[in-house]
Amino acid sequence: MEQQKNLTNGRAVAAILAAGIGSMVLGLFTTLAEAIGPVKKVLNLYDPVGPLSGKTTFAVVAWLVAWILLGSLWRNKQIGFARVYIASLILIALGLIGTFPPFFQIFGH
Amino acid sequence: MIITWRELWTVIHGMGLGSLFFLVFSGILVTLWTLHPERVAAAEQRVRQLGIAIWATSVILWATVITGTYTVYIWYRAKPPAGADLTEFPRSYLLSHPDRAGWHNLGMEWKEHVAWLAPILVTAVAYIITRYGTKLVEEDKLRKAVVVLFSIAFFAATIAVVFGAFINKMAPIR
Repeated sequence: MEQQKNLTNGRAVAAILAAGIGSMVLGLFTTLAEAIGPVKKVLNLYDPVGPLSGKTTFAVVAWLVAWILLGSLWRNKQIGFARVYIASLILIALGLIGTFPPFFQIFGH
Repeated sequence: MIITWRELWTVIHGMGLGSLFFLVFSGILVTLWTLHPERVAAAEQRVRQLGIAIWATSVILWATVITGTYTVYIWYRAKPPAGADLTEFPRSYLLSHPDRAGWHNLGMEWKEHVAWLAPILVTAVAYIITRYGTKLVEEDKLRKAVVVLFSIAFFAATIAVVFGAFINKMAPIR
């Protein structure tokens, strides 16, 4: 309890921003796979699943790497919450847009 | 009364794991929303219960997307050999007629991607609840941010579950 009272918000903000980055990367790869043929091939890590295997694997890796890096960078720091939170929501929104078929299918070939 | 191995996995993925998330979601959301200094007498106990519930939810969601992507989805997108009965190949069956194609082009394409946002967001929420514990009661901005992230995760999971149910009705995996 005493330890919780002295907590800074750095690690929470890192977790939120990393989730935003992971979401955005998923949207980005989903759209890139549709727009660029070679990217779609690269993302095909496991043939029975197709490019979805790469999109989701790379998004999870980006999320975890961002979380580890930001978490260690901000571990004992008090971060301006509003700015990072809004940035995270924008990244999540980009992730939602990038995974929405009427959007990414615009780039289909 | 027979159920195939594939049908069983589809039930575990959708009705089992997916429905479990829906069951716990409202309870977690209400608990998070009512974690307020004036309303909470035993915050410590409630936060502990919340932590258990939300980590369980995170595990359920990871299990759902992994089983969905690496078992059910493989059967869904399997390519039929020439002359095959398309009803055995859901993706091809849906795409074979313009009236059904939307279930794949919008429904499945959306579901298979957006579903992965849910476990990422819920894991972040679970970490924050565990890490900050009862401090969340005082940290109004952080608590509200957690509610928003959890609600976005619910939105993503809802799309996946609802389209999953409809697609399995239109073109069941057997």
